Amino acid sequence: MPVGDAIIAEDLVKKFGDFAAVNGVSFSVHEGEVFGFLGPNGAGKTTTMRMIQCVSPKTSGRLEVLGMDVSTRQAEIKHLIGVVPQETNLDPDFSVEENLMVYSRYFDIPEETARKNMESLLDFVQLSEKRETGIDKLSGGMKRRLILARALINDPRLLILDEPTVGLDPQARHLIWDRLRALRSRGNTILLTTHYMEEAAHLCDRIVIMDLGRILEMGRPQDLVRKHAGIDVVEAENKPEVEACLGRLGERFEHAGDRIQVFTSRPREVTDAIMGECSPIEVVARPASLEDVFLKLTGRRLRD
Amino acid sequence: MTSASLLRPPTLTHRTWRVWQRNRLVFVRTFRVNFLPPLLEPLLYLLSLGYGLGAFVSDIGGVSYPRFIAPALIAISIMNAGFFETTYASYVRMYFQKTFDAIIATPLSIEEVITGEILWGATRSLINATIMLPVLVLFRVVDLPISLAILPFALLAGFLFASIGMCFTALTPNIDTLNLPTFLFITPMFLFSGTFFPLSILPVPMQVFANLFLPLTHVVKVCRMLTLSQVTPAILISLAWITGVAAVVFVLAVNLMKKRLIV
Repeated sequence: MPVGDAIIAEDLVKKFGDFAAVNGVSFSVHEGEVFGFLGPNGAGKTTTMRMIQCVSPKTSGRLEVLGMDVSTRQAEIKHLIGVVPQETNLDPDFSVEENLMVYSRYFDIPEETARKNMESLLDFVQLSEKRETGIDKLSGGMKRRLILARALINDPRLLILDEPTVGLDPQARHLIWDRLRALRSRGNTILLTTHYMEEAAHLCDRIVIMDLGRILEMGRPQDLVRKHAGIDVVEAENKPEVEACLGRLGERFEHAGDRIQVFTSRPREVTDAIMGECSPIEVVARPASLEDVFLKLTGRRLRD
Repeated sequence: MTSASLLRPPTLTHRTWRVWQRNRLVFVRTFRVNFLPPLLEPLLYLLSLGYGLGAFVSDIGGVSYPRFIAPALIAISIMNAGFFETTYASYVRMYFQKTFDAIIATPLSIEEVITGEILWGATRSLINATIMLPVLVLFRVVDLPISLAILPFALLAGFLFASIGMCFTALTPNIDTLNLPTFLFITPMFLFSGTFFPLSILPVPMQVFANLFLPLTHVVKVCRMLTLSQVTPAILISLAWITGVAAVVFVLAVNLMKKRLIV
């Protein structure tokens, strides 16, 4: 394994019966970077994460985590990683503090060290005041923060987060983002899945966009935006007149629900042209975003 | 999964104990609630059946009725503690609390989690036997010190019932269907394993069936030989039966759970 890769996947496949949830994906995650998996529901993101975490065996292909094969060295790999699962699975039989202490034992962390780690982690996720509280008394945001603290209890070299901020209010989400940025600056490697584009654009050094078990694109978020969506987007309402008019102007456009989108590097000219020639009711020019790329690549069809 | 892989022995490390420690911590915190059933149950049975019903029963082979059922009460409590720990309690931890999912994200394997659960079930049996024995001693229906041997035996018998329970947990579609093994397996065993009347009054085919297939039969036999100070070489047959079946069912339980949880 070349120096500096936390994860290497080659032609990785996971089948459930005849259905290939992950259908031949290859990627590598460099040490110290934040790497994001984007994709609609059912894209195969969580399945990929579960194979990396050594809880779901791969069907075929190669998968190495921190230089070790996931099929043979599971306990060693799991010793070095931290996991924030999609589903909140804190132990409801215990308080905040006990959750962290009991979890430390699973990693064979001596009690004294565990207690010290716990103090600094509770501080890190701003839950020091809640140490005695039962899990059922915590808000959704507090639970997610505690899960983050729990995932860090073994000082992992690789942190895996599956939809870390799903269902959180903006304050709680920004706190988690802030904590993840702090971890990155300490040199932790972070792998996360999300379907919040803003989250990916905010946090990730590199992303892959996955759909139907395959990787559609891989790269830095800003590069992908430039490649697939241009620099700006001009949107007008979706009416035959506007459409015909854009055709006359020779602009390439796409339908997006009740809007027509023109991806362009000269938004001003396009906006002026539409305003002048097509007499629309409403025109909006805005910078292109990762969401534009995402919808362009994965389509607008609902997934579940 | 082939039948060969269902009998593959699990790979275990010291981390198996972490699961046991987790469950012990929960138990200790709710001790007062957990303490009562094994204390009250033998009292109620002993008073109603032993002394109430027993008033109409002449001795059984020279043994008074309370002394006859006392070892059965311990055996039943051993069975219930192990079996219900790995059925309802484990199912709740596995399915509703997602405790197993959380634990296997750490260095522990699913084999270690399930083994830890079963060992905890066996420990619950030991705890129940330990609480019951002094009560029965007070009523002078068990002999000392020989009855103390029931304590290590409770661990073995508890391990068997906990392993059986875990097999049902691995196979049950949902928590409601867990009622089936309770009333099709546990309840008949409770009544027809030489517990409240001697096996010998049953038709011979039923006696054979009980000896071959009902684990409680052997557990009652061992307990009774000990509490009545009537140990015969037959104890070895029962101990061998329990040990052999426990080993096979344990391995089966771990592999059935692997099959259920590792996808």
